[in-house]
Amino acid sequence: MHMPLEDTLGLNLLAANQHQADHNREHFEAWRLLCLNVMSSPGAGKTSLLERSLAALAPEFAMAVLEGDMTTQLDAQRLEAVGVPVVPITTGRACHLDAAMVAGGLRLLRQRLNPADLDILWVENVGNLVCPAEFEVGEHLKVALLSVTEGDDKPLKYPVMFREADCVLITKIDLLPYLPVEVDRIETHIRQVNPRATVIRVSASSGLGLPTWHAWIRQQLCLRLSMALPVPANR
Amino acid sequence: MHEVDMTRCLVLSMQSWRQRHEPTLPSVQRVHLEVGRFTCVEPEQLRFTWAVAVQGSWLDGADLVIETVPLVGRCLACGATYHPTVEAAYQSPCCQRPLEEIVSGRELRIRSVDYTLPTPTPTPTPTPTPA
Ligand SMILES: Nc1nc2c(ncn2[C@@H]2O[C@H](COP(=O)(O)OP(=O)(O)OP(=O)(O)O)[C@@H](O)[C@H]2O)c(=O)[nH]1
Ligand SMILES: [Mg+2]
Ligand SMILES: [Zn+2]
Repeated sequence: MHMPLEDTLGLNLLAANQHQADHNREHFEAWRLLCLNVMSSPGAGKTSLLERSLAALAPEFAMAVLEGDMTTQLDAQRLEAVGVPVVPITTGRACHLDAAMVAGGLRLLRQRLNPADLDILWVENVGNLVCPAEFEVGEHLKVALLSVTEGDDKPLKYPVMFREADCVLITKIDLLPYLPVEVDRIETHIRQVNPRATVIRVSASSGLGLPTWHAWIRQQLCLRLSMALPVPANR
Repeated sequence: MHEVDMTRCLVLSMQSWRQRHEPTLPSVQRVHLEVGRFTCVEPEQLRFTWAVAVQGSWLDGADLVIETVPLVGRCLACGATYHPTVEAAYQSPCCQRPLEEIVSGRELRIRSVDYTLPTPTPTPTPTPTPA
């Protein structure tokens, strides 16, 4: 007798990734660091922004980068030049980082330094506007970049990433004088899909807006540390 | 092609589910999924990658039944629910508010599994005694 049976699961489809992401986050908590997942379409300016921000914040914070460059180590080399430890995560042809890849990156990182000494761990995700948003890696905050050259309709066409982001950076604003695009419209569209996000306009070329962005990071770090304070510091 | 990774996650979840039934091997007919419209998943793609992934495995022949869940927002000004659209920039038609609360549309859920178990042998499964 083959009785037809049914099991109700109600399980998250990405439960396996979520489990690993939670595990990564437990490490981040124990190390008392802030992990930021930086996402955007290819070429929106993630590495350029990190070059500027790492240099600007290095006197204040101990930082490291997990670099999710697709096939090459070009981005990692650019960031190493700033003097911050960078672990490249070669993702092969994957279109996003997942929590297991980041766990692998963390193992490599621990061979080089003690993560408990870090204040900020940056994750530069693979350039892709679609799926990195669905695959948590254990980050505390998601940062999405949108360059002004991509057009003002992108937040509406690819809403999930902008919806999930805690902070959206409108990048390359130095190019605005040369483009038939209204930056106010870009910002309006971001706010339509995510009214809660912090939106900051920046240029990695001219440096415009970077102090506001760095102030946001400091604020988030303070929030994390004050939240973590009551927890006994047993690593 | 993130559907490949989604499928891998799905197969892993199914393996965990199978372990609950050990030592018997359930034969799976259907896996029911709920996929929200406000996700990055293409149901067609997912069905395709699933069919490829399970070929020759214990899940071979199992159908993936995907129910798409519409995007529903709630206007926080008046409390009404609505169907946000790209054309309207996800705005609530009642009070022109942005997409504040998402009621449904973010689901990526394995809802249930239809399966059969092989005919039980007359002797009950011996309970393994720990050494
Ligand atoms: N004008 C201008 N160009 C910029 C700015 N930021 C980055 N770029 C240029 O945009 C191109 C891509 O920048 P990257 O920093 O490599 O972008 P990315 O997001 O890291 O790219 P992938 O990692 O390959 O996805 C480079 O040619 C940069 O010089 C900016 O603020 N202004
Ligand atoms: Mg880059
Ligand atoms: Zn309303």
